[in-house]
Amino acid sequence: MANENSASPNYLKALTIGIWQENPTFRLLIGMCPPLAVTTAVKPALTMGLSVIFVLVCSNLVVSMMRNLLKPHLRIIMFTLAIATFVTIADLYLRAFQAEMSEVLGPYVPLIIVNCIIIFRAEVCASKSNVIISILDGIGTGVGFTIALCILAGIREILATGRFFNISVMPSGFVPWAAMQMPVGAFVTLGLLLGLSSLLTKEKAS
Amino acid sequence: MDSTYALIMGFLSVVIVNNFVFTKFLGTCPYLGVSGRLDTAFGMGLAVTFVTALSGIMTWLVDFYILTPSHLEITRYICYIVVIAGMVQLVEMYVRKFFPSLYKSFGIFLPLISTNCVILGLCLFINIWGTNNLLEVAVLSTGAGIGFAVAICIMAAIRENLIMSDVPESLKGAPITLITAGLLTLAFMGFAGMIK
Repeated sequence: MANENSASPNYLKALTIGIWQENPTFRLLIGMCPPLAVTTAVKPALTMGLSVIFVLVCSNLVVSMMRNLLKPHLRIIMFTLAIATFVTIADLYLRAFQAEMSEVLGPYVPLIIVNCIIIFRAEVCASKSNVIISILDGIGTGVGFTIALCILAGIREILATGRFFNISVMPSGFVPWAAMQMPVGAFVTLGLLLGLSSLLTKEKAS
Repeated sequence: MDSTYALIMGFLSVVIVNNFVFTKFLGTCPYLGVSGRLDTAFGMGLAVTFVTALSGIMTWLVDFYILTPSHLEITRYICYIVVIAGMVQLVEMYVRKFFPSLYKSFGIFLPLISTNCVILGLCLFINIWGTNNLLEVAVLSTGAGIGFAVAICIMAAIRENLIMSDVPESLKGAPITLITAGLLTLAFMGFAGMIK
């Protein structure tokens, strides 16, 4: 499915495919650790999403530029090295300029290295298509991922604290759901969202 | 005596109380993807335990004896990922040479392990916890691997029974698996506070 779509020289398609049709979290179910781990509030989720967009675009760019030099058996390790370099840059940047967020996200920033989304896009798209398509694909997939993170984080933050970006949004009698702050909230919310997305897909198809 | 006690407690803590899958969401991809059948889940858990134990020790040695003395901490992530990829390759060659039947049953899982977050996560957490004793590192890395194996086996056993139950159409597959995982973490939260 992914192969034929990303191989066609359609720039708009490359940009939009990642947002819904191949949304990494809701449709492809890859890279599930960050959506569960960093979505207790919207701000860390947004920071995570932006870091992933940065890493994804840069690694797609580099992989696409060296796609003719890759040897099959060394491919994955080359991808990983490129990704690790950009993740180090992102981590150092966060530590220098967003110290508070860096503390909250902790080891989940370096864990972007082993996030399947990035290596998957490198394998499926960037190692086969030209530089512009790869960059657009990186932006599209990254934005799709960020949107998924923010939806999940928004639901969890509102239900767990009754606030959204420090603004009270719930009626005064609202009792915060403590469970939403805990791992169980992450798993169940994501499960229900996935159910919703498959419901929507089926209705569209029928 | 004290240090033995601390080691046992650390081991139990990383297997049960601070299980990487349930409390830190690491290794969620294989946890959801490979947990369809109990025997493959067991194989995956075993392979991950093996690689985690080896790479936890190796990355700690690299960090302690090479990176920190020569102030190359900035290249830490790159070194870690290279060590892990090398470890996976090594394990793959070893298993293929000496246990051909085991190699066949692992199939695609072995190379996939290098992108399992449990392993890199463990190496990073060992670094964050500031562990400075090789024995402790060995116990913690083995424990993290066993914790993953326990989680994925429980999940696989539940999912084998889930096939026969009546699940709403749109929740079939991944959604119900995630909700089950949520309930499992709730059960494992009962262990919280047992060990500091």
